[in-house]
Amino acid sequence: MSFERIVFFAFAAILIYAATMVITRRNPVHAVLFLVLAFFASSGIWMLAEAEFLAIALVLVYVGAVMVLFLFVVMMLDIDLATIRAGFMRYLPIGLIVAVAMAALMIMVVGPTNFGLEQIAAPERLGADASNTEALAMTLFTVFLYPFEIAAVLLLVAIIAAIGLTLRQRPETKYQDTGKQVRVRKGPDRVRVVSMPAEKKLELK
Amino acid sequence: MLENYLPVLVFLAVGTIVGAAMIAVGFVLGTRKPDSEKNSPYECGFEAFEDARMKFDVRFYLVAILFIIFDLEIAFLFPWAVVLDQLGMTGFIAMAVFLGILVIGFIYEWKKGALEWE
Repeated sequence: MSFERIVFFAFAAILIYAATMVITRRNPVHAVLFLVLAFFASSGIWMLAEAEFLAIALVLVYVGAVMVLFLFVVMMLDIDLATIRAGFMRYLPIGLIVAVAMAALMIMVVGPTNFGLEQIAAPERLGADASNTEALAMTLFTVFLYPFEIAAVLLLVAIIAAIGLTLRQRPETKYQDTGKQVRVRKGPDRVRVVSMPAEKKLELK
Repeated sequence: MLENYLPVLVFLAVGTIVGAAMIAVGFVLGTRKPDSEKNSPYECGFEAFEDARMKFDVRFYLVAILFIIFDLEIAFLFPWAVVLDQLGMTGFIAMAVFLGILVIGFIYEWKKGALEWE
């Protein structure tokens, strides 16, 4: 068995273990941490498939940003596990139907008839100095230029939706306006000159 | 290509082993005399007042989401920078349009006050 294959099986074993733990752990924080481990393992597998940019982007975007957001929400959110579990038996039949349907679809798409070395031959190994990032970028910015610009529009929609859903103005809270603070002039705004009557000598009675 | 990443794999393995070894050494060699008081949760020496989980302002979440959106934008910049000299003016204009669309969003959130912290 080649070294690469050993590495692949190690990453695959870690991935399956982590993915199983994600759905079986009772503590949601542990589940999210196992999801992070699953992302790391799948990043390793992508790297073995010579998709170096995607592997690093997975760690950068998912582990670095999305999972931290998940963890932050799961740790802080006020979840009552008892109320979530209460509906388990009631929704079990529908859940089972959905699960079976999805499994059937997955088998149809990713089944042995559509996969394997007989159907699709193994691609050539890339050379030592071949850059996957360069190949991906050359395709992305020439052939898929239009979808790339649509991605920008999708991100714009996400910005506007996030602001529209969560932004609330609170007029009652007090806050500092730095612009106003800077604009304060030394003379008329800060110091007030009060004219007082001149000093008088006290007369002793 | 993969052989270039062998140092990363070695680094991962060393990191995992060192991390696990430190915890294991502490676990094996450390003295542990637990009692019920030591094991109970406490808050600065007091009994815990309330649950650690609570409702928090959605604004924290908004900042995090806006960060992720611009993080994704940066992820597109890396491959673009690698091949910019081959793409020439087309690639430059393509990225200018991409960033221009996102700048609209940036101006929107700035003017809307999403970046303000009261």
